[in-house]
Amino acid sequence: MLQIKPILVALKRHKSGTILIALQIALTLAIVCNALFIIQQRVTRLQRPTGLQESDLLTIQSRFVGVTDDGVAPLVRSDVLALRQVTGVEDAYATNSYPLRGGGWSTGTRLNPDAKKPTAQTTQYFVDEHALATMGAKLIAGRNFNAGEVIVADPKSLKTPPQAIVTKALAEKLYPKEPALGKPFYLGDDKTPATIIGIVERLQVPWSGTWAENFNDNAVLLPVQLTSNFTVYMIRAKPGQLADITKSVPAALFKNNRMRVITGERGIRTFAMVREQAYKSDRGMAILMGVVCLVLLAITAAGIVGLTSFWVGQRRKQIGVRRALGATKRDILSYFLTENLLIGIVGVVIGAGLAIGMNLWLVSHFEMARLSMVYVLAGVVLLLLLGQGAVLAPAMRASRVSPIEATRSV
Amino acid sequence: MFGYYVQLGVRSLKRNPWLTALMVMAIGFGVAASMITYSVFRAVSGNPIPEKSERLFIPQIDSWGPKYNLLGNEPPYALNYVDAMAMMRTHKAKHQTMLYPIGLSALPRGGQSIPFTVEGFTVQSDFFAMFDVPFQYGGAWPTSDDDQRAAVVVISRKLNDKLFGGENSLGREITLSGHNYRVVGITENWNPKPRFFAVWGGSSFGNPSDIYIPISRAMDLRIDTAGNNSCRGRIDYSDWDGWLQSNCVWVTPWVQLDSAAEVMQYQQFLEGYAADQQRAGRYGWAPNVRLRNVMEWLDYMQVVPKESSISLLVALGFFAICLINTIGLLLAKFLRRAGEIGVRRALGASRREIYMQYLIEAGAVGLAGGVLGLLLTALGISGVGLLFQPQIARLAHLDITLVGLTLLVSIFATMVAALYPTWRAAQVQPAWQLKSN
Repeated sequence: MLQIKPILVALKRHKSGTILIALQIALTLAIVCNALFIIQQRVTRLQRPTGLQESDLLTIQSRFVGVTDDGVAPLVRSDVLALRQVTGVEDAYATNSYPLRGGGWSTGTRLNPDAKKPTAQTTQYFVDEHALATMGAKLIAGRNFNAGEVIVADPKSLKTPPQAIVTKALAEKLYPKEPALGKPFYLGDDKTPATIIGIVERLQVPWSGTWAENFNDNAVLLPVQLTSNFTVYMIRAKPGQLADITKSVPAALFKNNRMRVITGERGIRTFAMVREQAYKSDRGMAILMGVVCLVLLAITAAGIVGLTSFWVGQRRKQIGVRRALGATKRDILSYFLTENLLIGIVGVVIGAGLAIGMNLWLVSHFEMARLSMVYVLAGVVLLLLLGQGAVLAPAMRASRVSPIEATRSV
Repeated sequence: MFGYYVQLGVRSLKRNPWLTALMVMAIGFGVAASMITYSVFRAVSGNPIPEKSERLFIPQIDSWGPKYNLLGNEPPYALNYVDAMAMMRTHKAKHQTMLYPIGLSALPRGGQSIPFTVEGFTVQSDFFAMFDVPFQYGGAWPTSDDDQRAAVVVISRKLNDKLFGGENSLGREITLSGHNYRVVGITENWNPKPRFFAVWGGSSFGNPSDIYIPISRAMDLRIDTAGNNSCRGRIDYSDWDGWLQSNCVWVTPWVQLDSAAEVMQYQQFLEGYAADQQRAGRYGWAPNVRLRNVMEWLDYMQVVPKESSISLLVALGFFAICLINTIGLLLAKFLRRAGEIGVRRALGASRREIYMQYLIEAGAVGLAGGVLGLLLTALGISGVGLLFQPQIARLAHLDITLVGLTLLVSIFATMVAALYPTWRAAQVQPAWQLKSN
């Protein structure tokens, strides 16, 4: 049925073309597998939730001028009160950082203060009792802070406050077997513990990079107002009023105190901008890889069409002879399809090896994850189908060669 | 003959416009992808100070010990205050500077104006000569100002424009975060890419710095670092002085060493210093020092962003596939004309002539691919912002070198791709071809 043997004999006479197509299929498979894998990884990262209600959220970074750190506390207090009065503002609080901000604090947590290795890494958000409402974070156990628990502290000599709210992810790391609510834990090298008074469903760390991936959802909220002249404000707008308060809030801050600087790339950002900036290179990488894949597949397909057309043109006489000797159109068609399939199989076998090799190299040089075999399989199927599709048109043309060709020019 | 071959080539390319278009597009896309990613890679991996990079070194001292050191027992990226001050005092290298990034606020003249942030570095007088900082007016402060802890400042041309409308403001006073400084120098706009001297402390591709003040003055005013501050173990300081005595590293040292002998001496000095600290009981481990020059440092710090390397690699692989594709298509194209080649050979054309004719034809394809590639590159470079952070995307630009390189690479690559098909064409036996027709 399948005429493999004559095909192999024929291919031996077209070594260079065969090798070129196989090589092209192999390299394309290697790149497409890895590119698809990179796309999938980046898209997964893009879709991670922050735990915030991201719409109607505004972030502002401000630095006071001409004030020493110990004079800052009342100024921040007055800022926050002023912010909550602005029309269109639902709630607001001052903090050191927020999810996806790009910079913040991180430390180890311990169950035993003398343990050498921390139980889990976590980020710290210094907040007040308005934080949960402003963020839109969901409290799943325990309670929020109350105003009386919020202390003022110098970041250079910070002691752990008695209360803390942690994320569910961190709570489960600290107390995997029992409910964490009401239990103590230690932050950094501090010998005094904080008690978990509340658990929120989720809060992401300020970093989107791969290095923070293993503690992505570990966060501690502490009822502390830091006396640093650099402050971050989180502001929730009443529904639909985000655009208005993006203009009115900075004006209100300057009205409250002119001696400040709100500048830089992170100065005034809606949370949509925060997210976009945090994942800019992830999204860019995914788009780039997607474009590369498409163009690559198109070029490989076009190359197959080109070379097969040439072969068909070269073999018109032989095809004519075969037809004259009784081969049907189907026989001719299946000849070229089989030929392509054979070359394709050689190509994808080499290509699968290349794909894995390339991935291993990327793993060792760029801390990428291991390629899952699903991608190699998907790539193999994709390229074999692509080859068959590309060869179809020239093969159809070949099958239409008339037996009369055999009699010509002999 | 050359002109005739070009004519022949163009005519042959016109004969199969589809095949030609396919080749041109393959080369165009391949070369454009490579050039776009290369333009970024070139910007981030370049030598920021080519004439001196071999002579500028960053000394590192192991102040954390094996327990806390970085992977591979590498010492910390910077110095703690105590070591930094000791190295400053001994001044073993002919030129040296300690530095760390700062962010202060400046107030423009006029009552109702709003303050703005200025970023810069605290440095020593040698900084400017060591790193070839170009000046518009004035120059570095004298070394004596370092010792006298003088309130002097070197500002950038940009800040001078903003504060003084661009006039020669030497000797004028400016107020930074509530303290006055006398302007002694105004630099031209200067921002090496990557900013090699502050790779760890600051940002490799940050905005140009606006101010430079003496580090001794900054210490008096207790100006905190605006860059990294990395500590190990129990953090037990509670105030400024405690911080200075802690194991936190935040000061970056640079030295200029002009000869191999000086490098050797300095290496010995570093080891000697570390050994002294061990003997004095400050460090409980054997000396573990490093002395890397600019390019070694950039390499060690992996300044080139991951995205840049990966996308360049992918683009090069892409280009390779496009070229393999071109080989196949050229092969098909040339061998289809075996009869024509046979006639030419029979009429007396040498193999050389056949090579010439077909390489020129391939060159024409390469040129067309290059022009298409150039258009796509220009288009792509305006879209790099999609993939990279703005401060890195800004670095990619189309200049005359890149234009030349694009055309050259595509013509050269196509001709290399054409070598095998041309060889096959030249091997055509005239007798066979003539017989069958």
